[in-house]
Amino acid sequence: MKGFIRIDPERCKGCSWCMEHCPSHAIMLSNRLNLKGYFIADFEEKKGCTGCAICAVMCPEVAIEVYQFEKTDERQ
Amino acid sequence: MKRLMSGNSAVGEAAVLAGCTAYFGYPITPQNELTEYMAKRIAEVPGAVFIQSESEIAAINMVLGASAAGARAMTSSSGPGISLKQEGVSYLAADELPAVIVNMMRGGPGMGNISPAQSDYLQATRGGGHGDYRTIVLAPASVQEAAELVYVAFDLADAYRNPVVILGDGMLGQMMEPVTFTSAADRPKKKYPKDYVLSGASGRPSRMIRSLLFDTKEEEEHNWKLFRKYQLMERNEVRYETFLLDDADMAVLAYGIAARIAKGAIKRLRQEGLKVGLIRPISLWPFPKKIIQETAKQLSDFFVFEMSTGQMIEDVKLSLEGKGHIHFYGRPGGVIPTPVELSRIIARHFYQSQRGKKQ
Amino acid sequence: MKTVYARPKSMKEAHFHYCPGCGHGVITRLIAEVVDEMELRDKTICVAPAGCGMLLYNYFDFDTIESAHGRGAAVATGIKRVRPENLVFSYQGDGDLAAIGTAEGFHAANRGELISVIFVNNGVYGMTGGQMAPTTMLEQVTTTSPAGRDSLIQGHPVKICEVYATLDGTSYLERVAVNKPAGIIKTKKAIARAFRHQLQKTGFSLVEILSPCPTNWKMSPLDACRWVDDVMTKVFPLGLIKETKKC
Repeated sequence: MKGFIRIDPERCKGCSWCMEHCPSHAIMLSNRLNLKGYFIADFEEKKGCTGCAICAVMCPEVAIEVYQFEKTDERQ
Repeated sequence: MKRLMSGNSAVGEAAVLAGCTAYFGYPITPQNELTEYMAKRIAEVPGAVFIQSESEIAAINMVLGASAAGARAMTSSSGPGISLKQEGVSYLAADELPAVIVNMMRGGPGMGNISPAQSDYLQATRGGGHGDYRTIVLAPASVQEAAELVYVAFDLADAYRNPVVILGDGMLGQMMEPVTFTSAADRPKKKYPKDYVLSGASGRPSRMIRSLLFDTKEEEEHNWKLFRKYQLMERNEVRYETFLLDDADMAVLAYGIAARIAKGAIKRLRQEGLKVGLIRPISLWPFPKKIIQETAKQLSDFFVFEMSTGQMIEDVKLSLEGKGHIHFYGRPGGVIPTPVELSRIIARHFYQSQRGKKQ
Repeated sequence: MKTVYARPKSMKEAHFHYCPGCGHGVITRLIAEVVDEMELRDKTICVAPAGCGMLLYNYFDFDTIESAHGRGAAVATGIKRVRPENLVFSYQGDGDLAAIGTAEGFHAANRGELISVIFVNNGVYGMTGGQMAPTTMLEQVTTTSPAGRDSLIQGHPVKICEVYATLDGTSYLERVAVNKPAGIIKTKKAIARAFRHQLQKTGFSLVEILSPCPTNWKMSPLDACRWVDDVMTKVFPLGLIKETKKC
């Protein structure tokens, strides 16, 4: 896995724009509710995120931060 | 050095000397000379802006933008155009932005005519726009005074961060009188805090100017804040003139051109031995209540003369709180009585009131 | 570990009030990204509209002013004329620019005012609950065209870019859409291009952005994105409408 994302659960409104376009299909709608009452998006690490950031490009809430691992990182 | 100028032109010249660097206006008679004067004059000031906008609505909104950007901004119009500006004036007041709006009143309502009238008094003093706000309203009665009040208007607008209205009329705008201007160098330089100006957030936190306050408590507090500002204006910015009032048995109340005519009428009445005096409000808002209340201790007959069907008379009634007797003479539509005609009408009322007292 | 994407510096922390799947969220974010990348935060002044975009001053961390409904182009004109060195843009919806603000927008464009207008076209009045807009398409159902827009009594949708293209004062007009990744990337480029036109003083610039409004179109956020492609772009063709000079 080359990258990972963090979705802010309180900003997410479950619009599903991110999951529609993720090439790794790494995001799906969960059945968890946030404080505003939205079902929020969940990131599945195992699906092989590349850190392409298409999800962040789509997200209307600026809820997603995207990171890529570099060769020097231990965690992989 | 005295110059012979029309009221419209004099207002324009005074504005530029007062530091107005942004003027936006749309043609409407009887103030076109002011717009045209600014077109030529502003071009002589480096960095200053003149735009003939597509409407009076656009003009007032350009004023709002220019004021937010820190310029001394002005617009002018007459009746129907001033009506169009009301939304913008409400926003200026709500945003606490300085601006000067000149209204050279004409016959109304509707299209009306292009002759002088005083039919926009209530619109100007009650705030023709929506919401709880006030604008200082200054009413010159001569071309010289119009020039003076332009400086005052810009200073008050900056001091209070509020729009200020100069309420003239078609006659004032177009008549020509000698006028002397104080150059900017001869006027006291006042500094006003400009911590609201939008100039780009360089080296400081970003600023916002807005009047939308969803939170009702915030909106309430904002309204009271504006209210307290208006209370300060009421305390400090009353302006008026009295003429032959000290020994008068009747006080005429008139402003602007109507007051010029009234002065002429009073001079004639005095020659016939009738003791009539004049109270001339110069600030229509805040209205000079106190001098009227003071005068009510000395006499009981007040004669209100307006070039309308009666608007300032409401403020006179409010000031008197039931005391005294109010006579009224109004001529709307651009019909201007001569001083002689007015003197006869005042005399009639004067004698009637005398007879009334004897009985 | 490398940060590939994080919140733009020109955005404040506030959560957006926009509906789920609303194009405004993307557009607001893109503007902040462009301002950051072009290092314009110190110079930028934004004019916010009445409408769904009215809370921009809560989101942008640069100088912003609220304008009365439709008057954004006039307010922006006043600011830019007084401060020609600043980057001044107005953000307006279809009611704001194409209905009540028709005169102010048209004449700012005609005078070639050196401002940029970000024009959000979602075919309805969003904030007020989904009434017909000048850009509502024929047969589109809205709360004030419940039987679908009928050209005989309600006219046709207005194509602002094409109208403004006839004015010599306009130098850059492009129509884009934020309903999919490629469109969003194009939109960001268009916004940057509009700002470059302003800074290079070529004339008036406008980017018209087709934007999904799931709530008032009564669709899911994903269906709304598809609807932009399937229906809206047939009436409002995407692409560069006018550019007088390459920027």
